[in-house]
Formats: sequence, structure tokens, C-alpha cells
Amino acid sequence: MIRLTALTAVASLLTTTAFAADIQPGDTLAEDQTFKLSVLDQYKTIDPQLIEETIGNHIARQLFEGLTRQDADGNVIPAVATGWTTEDNQTWTFTLRDDATWSNGDPVTAQDFVYAWQRAADPNTASPYAWYVELTSIENAAEIVAGEADPTTLGVTAVDDQTLQVTLTQPLPFFPAMTTYSTLFPAHRATIEEFGNDWTKPENMVGNGAYMLDAVSVNEVTRLVKNPNYHSAEDVVIEEIEVFVVNDRNQSLTRYQAGEFDMMDDLPAGTYPALEAEFPDETHSTPRLCSYYYAFNFTDSGNEALQDVNVRKALSYAVNREVIVDQVLKGGQSPAYNFTHEATAGFEMPEIYYSDIAYNDRMEQAKELMAEAGYGPDNPIELNLIYNTSDSHRAIATVISQMWKPLGVNTVLSNYEWQSYIDIRGEQNFDVARSAWCGDYNEASTFLDLVTTTHGANDGKYSNAEVDQLMADSRTMEDPNVAYTQVEQILADEMAIIPIYHYTQNFMLDPTIRNWPMNNVENNWYIQDIYRAAAE
Amino acid sequence: MIAFVFRRLLVAIPVLLLLVVLTFVLMYAAPGSPFATERGVPPAVLQNLEREYGLDQPFIVQIWTYITNIVTDFNFGPSFVYRDQDVNDLIAQGFPVTLTYGTWAFVLATLVGGSLGIIAALRHNTWLDYLAVGVSVGAQVLPNFVLAPILVLIFTLWLGWLPGGGWQGGQWQFVILPVIALGTSFMASIARIARASMLEVLSSNFIRTARAKGLPQRTIILRHALKPALLPVISYLGPAFVGMITGSVVIDIYFSTGGIGQFFVASALARDYGVMMGITVLLGALTILFNLLVDVAYAWIDPKIRY
Repeated sequence: MIRLTALTAVASLLTTTAFAADIQPGDTLAEDQTFKLSVLDQYKTIDPQLIEETIGNHIARQLFEGLTRQDADGNVIPAVATGWTTEDNQTWTFTLRDDATWSNGDPVTAQDFVYAWQRAADPNTASPYAWYVELTSIENAAEIVAGEADPTTLGVTAVDDQTLQVTLTQPLPFFPAMTTYSTLFPAHRATIEEFGNDWTKPENMVGNGAYMLDAVSVNEVTRLVKNPNYHSAEDVVIEEIEVFVVNDRNQSLTRYQAGEFDMMDDLPAGTYPALEAEFPDETHSTPRLCSYYYAFNFTDSGNEALQDVNVRKALSYAVNREVIVDQVLKGGQSPAYNFTHEATAGFEMPEIYYSDIAYNDRMEQAKELMAEAGYGPDNPIELNLIYNTSDSHRAIATVISQMWKPLGVNTVLSNYEWQSYIDIRGEQNFDVARSAWCGDYNEASTFLDLVTTTHGANDGKYSNAEVDQLMADSRTMEDPNVAYTQVEQILADEMAIIPIYHYTQNFMLDPTIRNWPMNNVENNWYIQDIYRAAAE
Repeated sequence: MIAFVFRRLLVAIPVLLLLVVLTFVLMYAAPGSPFATERGVPPAVLQNLEREYGLDQPFIVQIWTYITNIVTDFNFGPSFVYRDQDVNDLIAQGFPVTLTYGTWAFVLATLVGGSLGIIAALRHNTWLDYLAVGVSVGAQVLPNFVLAPILVLIFTLWLGWLPGGGWQGGQWQFVILPVIALGTSFMASIARIARASMLEVLSSNFIRTARAKGLPQRTIILRHALKPALLPVISYLGPAFVGMITGSVVIDIYFSTGGIGQFFVASALARDYGVMMGITVLLGALTILFNLLVDVAYAWIDPKIRY
């Protein structure tokens, strides 16, 4: 796996790139090059600067192209940018390809990126993902997002049509990796100014990706067709993409089996082992950059017993992760004792002291820890465990509440639908809260920043000055893993959260589809890289 | 009669207004916001979002703006979740879909259910009656969320005759399964109501008189029994039709038709205030309209009823 810090050195060498869908030896192309997939929900928007959810991102990745993108293994490769240079990881110069065009024929220039990035940060755009620009540490981004500075002061300038210069407030070795995300895709100013919110409708939209938006039927299907103006259009094999919305996963699976889709993800809970046995060539489980954990409420509104590290440790020890992944989820997930997902690029998994202890011994230790803290079956504590409505969250919460019972913990389970849940958890109305975090980019800080004091998703309000300092220092460190390992150890020593499992992506894929990016842990696929082989 | 219709339409206006106000109040009472996200939206951005959608205005002003926009421009406002869609767009796209499969389901349910019920009543306590009752009870106990996946299993996966979902502009292959899944339980209810009411009418005094006069069976049924027997069926059909054409959450979710039924649940869960209000007003207006039509049909069928 390529370390992200090493990318800066190799990036400028990567001027010749693999944009083509590489046809494997022995394969002939199928006549019908339509790719059909089923997704769970209608996307909310495909305006790159406004996107906040996965499905919108999947579609935008086909319609637009950023400075960089990812290959099948998740490595950052040039896209609109042919290369980039930096001396201090703080000032970056990107060179843009001269043959990149918008779908209406206009050239893609450095100004299009400047416009898009300013637009994303501008509070008047009202993008729920404005914080992403702030996250990249571009100069003045934080002030602009807060409404204290003019968007034109953003630290990004077009030196000329083919040269983009970015100034950051601090060194960020993985900055090019962050430009793969849709918030930082370019935008066609004239179109947006002409049509306003309607610019993303098929008849108006101008993009620079390998595909163009052809038709949208809300809650039914979105159709994309190949963009003849794309710079590498001759290498794009799949002619048409149809994205079907199927809200019911079981129904989606039946239709996949009937041959209506080439791909479906989010398999119904618990179906993976049976499908794997029946369709071994089509059923896949690959790591996915998300971690599932329970957050403790460290504020006054939480049960005061949770202030005691022994209680937190006992609760974590008592969770039998193997039972949860093998008996409840059954999708190849891995038990977690640390926060950062094991497949994160460049991340060295820390040794967590309690992961090796046999479960029965751990349970005994947990009981002792509870006794030390003054609790137990004779002096029980009551914990309010909240989760958002879902069968698998309920199953996990039920199992864990049973595991906690011998410790003298009475668990009250409460579930809320998502929009209420975010509010309730964000206001610390819980003792223990089901949580999960997916990496925004493939680097450990995307996880570990969450446990810093000021992070917006740190709903348990865990706060440790040492962790904050280490995470700040990690930005400029030669080897940030030193800091990451220390942070993970502190999290385990203080039991700041209960890590439960690391996600996998479970999906069905038609066996004639080739080059699917199985090792891309962020699940970022580019349909321009795949193709359909003729059936043998 | 015209005065009656006019009066009813006049009453509908305050009813709809009350519906709008009540829904608005309930919507605001619910926790959560359409803009809430896991990480939290930056405050300056949230402020702009609220201003863009008018949520920074006092409650009364919001209701007033909402109602005046509908009355003056027939504009139901933007969706709070889909940034490039107006409520008008969403209804304009989704309602024809639900109207299509809903109407076909209605026709199917009425024709099959009505005939089944009447035949069962006429052949009371024969094998035909038992068969009809058996079929309708069977259809009744199969709710559409059970029937829909079964239909897809049989007709899509095993037989491969029909697509398991989608709409494709309403091509017939895509309409059949939703129509069967939606219409079956309505069909069963209609059959039971028609049978019971036909049996009651057949045992009433005026039918006995007609028999005593020596009228042929066919005349008794068609001229005397059918109209009064249909009265309870018709009072059921009005709301049933509204229920069918405003769509079914289950049908839209299982068959991905893109109809508006799915928005009932999805908009409430996502706190999409605009869509939630729009769908409620549409459903309310249609309910009022069809109840009125039922009352008019009553007067036409039953001469005893005068308005």
C-alpha cells in the first residue's frame, strides 16, 4: 500500500495514466455495455458542492472529475491534474491537462476549480458540506465558512488556465487525496449562474466527467450516458449507466437474482453466508472504511458512573465482539478494539492490551473492575442506550445489553428515527449511544480527529488535551503513525469509546463485470474503469 | 342539488385550511430538523439554509406565506431535501404514476370484487358462494407487503414473465404487478361488502313483493335489487379510490414506481416539510372531492335521499 506522504514525490511521475478500462487478456467485450445497479435511496442532490451522502457521491463521481481520482486499490492518481508539486506540504501547485473539456465543449480551466471551491465554502451557497473545505485547511476557509471573510479570499488561485495554486494554513501531506472528493470537483460557473438550483437537471447540467446526466425519474431510475467530450472518451467502454432506486433490500436482491441489476450493495442483514455459499462468484465482502462504536456520554447529563474509567473498561471488556460479527452480522466484519479502521492506508494497527485476553477471563476482570468502582449486581447501574432505528442496530444493542447484565448493568434501549436521533445524540441525551464513522478520506486522521475536543461529531464530548495535541502535531510529523498509535493507546487506556467492529462492504456483482475496484476501501468506483465481458 | 354541491365545496375551504394549520403545528412539534447532519452544519450555513427556506420567519408568517403562495401561484414551495426539486415537480412526476396504477387497481377491484360478491349472494350457500368467500378471505389476509414480494418471486424470479419493479413511463409490463398487489385486498373488501348487502336486500320486503308479483328473477335482480345493494359498496369506493390513487407506500417501495405514496413516509422521516405539506394538502383535497362525489352518486341511486 502506498503511503500517502510518499505520493507527493511520485505524483509528478504519474503523468502517463491508466484512464482506460484495461481489457484483461482473453476477454472479449459484450455487445451490451449498459451497467445497471440498485441503490437504497434517491440521491438528495448531485450538485458536487452540496452533496452530503453516498449515493449522490457515487453518481457525481461519474459526472464530474476532480484534480485527482482513485485507482482500483484506492491510490490517488491524476485526473484533471496531470501532476502536482510542493516543497513544504503547505503550498501546492497543480498542473491541469490541456485537453479537459466540459460536456458542452468549453475547456476546463483552473478558474473552474477556484470558482467551485469558493462556492463550496461560501455560506450563501448553504452547503451542508462547507466544513469539508475547512477540513482541507485551505487558507481562510474557516473564516469564510463562519461568514467572517469574503469567499474570494480563499487560498486558491488560478495562476493561468492550466495552473492552480493552493495555500494551506498548515502542512497537509495528504492534501491531493482530499481533492478526490466531490466537494472539490470543478463547477461550470455560467451554467450555475443561469439556472440556479435547476442547473443539475438533465437538460441544463454541464459536467466534465466520463458520463453525462441523461434522465432522472425521482425514486425510480437515473440514467447516465457516455460523455463524447470527455478527454479519454475513447477508452470508456460502458456506454450507459442506470441507477435504480429500490428501498427494500430483499426486493432488490430478488431482482438482482432475476438479472435486472448487475450490482447491488447493502445486502439484507444476515443473508451474506447463504448467498456466498450459493453464488460464490458473485458475492463479495471487502473492507469498507467505517468503524462501529458505542460513545459514552462524558457530560453531566450522562450517568455519573461513566466518569469512572473502571466502569467504562468493564463495559468494553464485557462486549464479545466475536459473537456480534459471527452470530449477528455474519458479513465478514472484523471485531474492533481500536477506532481507526484496519484497512486505512498507511495505518499500522496498534496492539490493544485487552484484545488478546480470552473472553471469559476478560469478563471476570470486568466484574472485578465494576466491584472496584463500587457497582455490581447488588448495586446496579441503569444505562440509557440509544440507537437509530434499524434491525441490526437493535440486534446488537440487545445482545450487548445481555452481555452487560452480569456486571449489574440494567440497560434501557431507546431507538429513534435518524433525524430525531441526530438531535438527541447531539444534545447528549443518552448514557451510551450507537455511533459509526466513515472515513472522509483514506488516512487515519479522518477517524482520530473525531475524538478531539472540538470535532462536530464528538457527541460523547470526550476531551483529552494530550489527544488534541497529538492530533495537531501529527499534521507535521514525518511519520504520523507514531502519534496515531499513541492516540489509540490513550483511547484504550481511558476507554473513551467502545470500538465494536470494522465494516465490510457486502455486495453482489454480475460475474461478467470486470475490473471492479475490490480493494478500494472507500468504495469509490469509477464506471469508466470497468467493462462487461462477453459470456463464455 | 347544485346548491348542495356548492355548499359542500364552500365548506371544503375552511377544512383544508384547518388541515394545513394542524399539519404545520404537528410538523413543528416533531423533534429534528431537515438540515440536521451527523457532523453538524456550520452555523453560518445553517442560518442561510433557514433563511432560504423561510424557517427564520415567525410561525404565523410561515403559514401565511405558505397559504398565499398556494392560493395565488399554486406554488407548494421547494422540497427541503431534494435541492433541485419543487414540491410541484415531485407531485407532477409522481402523481400520474400513482393515478395510473391506482385507477387500474380500482377498476380491477371493483369489477372482480363486485361480481364475486354478487354471484356469491345469488348462489348463497352453494359451492360458488364458498369459493367466492374463500377467495376474498384469502385475499384479505394477504396484505400487500406480503403479496408484493410473493408476486415478484413468482413472476419475476421463477417465471421471468414480468419485471420486478420500475415504471419506464408506464409500459404495461411494469403496471401489472403493482395493480394486482394494490387491488387485491380492496377487491376482497368489495366482494364481502357486496355479498352481505346483496343478501340483505334479497331478503327484504320489497323483493319478496316483487317475487310475489311473479317477476322474473333477472328483472328482480337488475331492476330492484342491484341499486340498493350497491349503496354500501359505493360509500366504501369513495375513500378506497382516494386511497388507491394517492398511492401506497408499500407499492412504491416494493416496486420502485416513483409514485407519490413513498413520500408519505420518506418526507416525514426526512423532515421534508415542503413535500409533507404538499402531499397532505393533495390527499386532503382529493378525499373531500371524492366524498362529495359519493354523496352525489347516493342521491342518484337512492331516490329516498334528498339534499
